[in-house]
Amino acid sequence: MKFSKSPVLKDELAPWRARLVLLLLLGAMLALVIRALYLQAINNEFLISKGESRYERILDVPATRGRILDRNGDVLAVSTPVKSVWAIPEDAQLQPAQSRQLAQMLSMDARDVDRKLAENKGFVFLKRQISPELADRVMNLKLPGIHLQDEYRRYYPTGEVSAHVLGFTGVNDVGQEGVELAFESQLAGQAGSRRVIKDRRGNIVEDVEHIKRPIEGKDVTLSIDSKIQYLAYTSLKQAVLDNRAKAGAIIVIDAQTGEILALDNQPTYNPNNRANLVGNQLRSRVFTDAFEPGSVMKPFTVAKALDEGKVRIDTRIDTGNGTLSIGPATIHDAHPDGTLTVAQVIQKSSNVGASKMALMLPPVDMWNNFDALGFGAPLRMGFPGEASGRVRPYKSWRPIEQATMSYGNGIAVTLLQLAHAYTVFARDGDLVPLQLTKADGPVTSDKQIFSSETAHQIRTAMQLVVQPGGTAPRVQIPGYSVAGKTGTAHKAESGVYLNKYIASFVGVAPASNPRLIIAVMIDEPNAGKYYGGDVAGPVFVNVMSGALRNLGVPMDIPLKPIEIHPGDEAPESM
Amino acid sequence: MARLNLILLLIAVGCALSTVNSNHHARKLFSALDKEQQRMRALDVEWGQLQLEQSTWAAHARVEKIARERLQMQSPQVAKTIALEPGQ
Repeated sequence: MKFSKSPVLKDELAPWRARLVLLLLLGAMLALVIRALYLQAINNEFLISKGESRYERILDVPATRGRILDRNGDVLAVSTPVKSVWAIPEDAQLQPAQSRQLAQMLSMDARDVDRKLAENKGFVFLKRQISPELADRVMNLKLPGIHLQDEYRRYYPTGEVSAHVLGFTGVNDVGQEGVELAFESQLAGQAGSRRVIKDRRGNIVEDVEHIKRPIEGKDVTLSIDSKIQYLAYTSLKQAVLDNRAKAGAIIVIDAQTGEILALDNQPTYNPNNRANLVGNQLRSRVFTDAFEPGSVMKPFTVAKALDEGKVRIDTRIDTGNGTLSIGPATIHDAHPDGTLTVAQVIQKSSNVGASKMALMLPPVDMWNNFDALGFGAPLRMGFPGEASGRVRPYKSWRPIEQATMSYGNGIAVTLLQLAHAYTVFARDGDLVPLQLTKADGPVTSDKQIFSSETAHQIRTAMQLVVQPGGTAPRVQIPGYSVAGKTGTAHKAESGVYLNKYIASFVGVAPASNPRLIIAVMIDEPNAGKYYGGDVAGPVFVNVMSGALRNLGVPMDIPLKPIEIHPGDEAPESM
Repeated sequence: MARLNLILLLIAVGCALSTVNSNHHARKLFSALDKEQQRMRALDVEWGQLQLEQSTWAAHARVEKIARERLQMQSPQVAKTIALEPGQ
């Protein structure tokens, strides 16, 4: 029997059953379409992001901190990548043998490692800043819960030689002192990040976008000359040792540009050794310590008196028996010199002579003079902790105070201010701003403090200081003429002058056409000698002669060995 | 009509395949570029380390020590120095 003739077919099914099935199928179809629409078009972010996470990665793009270079391009500070080892204590369940091995590799105490791993924290540093090679070896141990982090570490190849100029960075490579802090915004780099597509083997095949562009730190080229810096460092260190002094400071300035070529302080520290970055040795005395300078201040007041026409360079001033009474107080010279010319007052450093000239000037003129020279206010070089010194308002000056200020008592200045002010004598009476970054060429200045003639006369008078009969006849350099001024001051503590001294010397050379200014300060020399010419003078000679030779400055006097006869030296008044 | 459609289909397939090919090529090139950039960064780091090494070896203190101690050098005495004027 054929199928089509089957009697079963004769019983027709109810038509609603077919329609029901059709409806159900259509309904299911509609549900699928709606779901597809929902996933594809309406709520699609979730799936897209899931998909992207399969092939897209966000990568950090590191940025390096800029280098610090000296004026000749020698590297003074550079950052290089290092690794830090960190652990998740919960994951780091180490066998005793394993933790001993780890501790040995990190040159740590095994108990320290165990103690750190026992801490109840999610994250703990085991050792920061180790070399990448060592880090690789640590990772090869394949210990659970131990991880690495990329960091940068700052290295200072010159070590303690230029420690005070450069300062240092913190453990996170952010400047904390010195140039590192002053130029932080230039030096600092900013890490960026970018989104990329990686293939199965981990190669980057497409750059999707830069989320944040990395900003590389910029290099800073300083005005420092590392040869002169080294010379200044060794000479100052030797002088502080020889004189058993408490501290010392030196600054070398190019008179043509106002660039700081060298700057050093003692005691100093090694910035590469993070353990000793504390205490007094960090103080950059050139910037932060104001002291009563003593006789190195005399030329400023004498120059003002010359400029105002109160005296001429050959005017005779009677210093009598070396004492001058003003009210109840008396000013003393080291020994009586009778009648001195203005030039000889500087040569022999007569307090009485300087005081008499000071009293010819109205207090306001003298104050304005100090102010114009930059005393009493910070020079604002961006250096951290720069001191302003102290020049009291002229309205409260008594005559005795005005007199003592002429020879640097009752006034406090920093070595930086002192060296800065001496640019007027090294130049033609104009003051140039100091700078720590390399200059393009000679700098002109519009701050004319003294007339060019006055500056020349003072310079000639300061040349007498290093001749027989001056206060520093030993300060001579073969082949170059020197003009300078000594200073020796009692230290004052809470208003009382003590038998402790600060010896200083500020000088320029070659005197005929000055190229360099060097200011030296030695704090509390304790080995018998304490005059500026004896203590600070030798440092000046060492550094100046070496620096002039290094810079190839032409000699201006015949080259002959220096002869010094006993008795050439005039004792200095304090 | 059918022939035209066939030609158009072939062209479309050809275009599609060349797109795939050039995309692959672009990715390969980009991957190479990225590798070179990584190498550049590594070399940069190495350069910094070499600079550091150079300035450590050339430190003035070390040079002076070697000059004085090993090479027995000293600063010239003034008496043994002759200053030459320009044109001399």
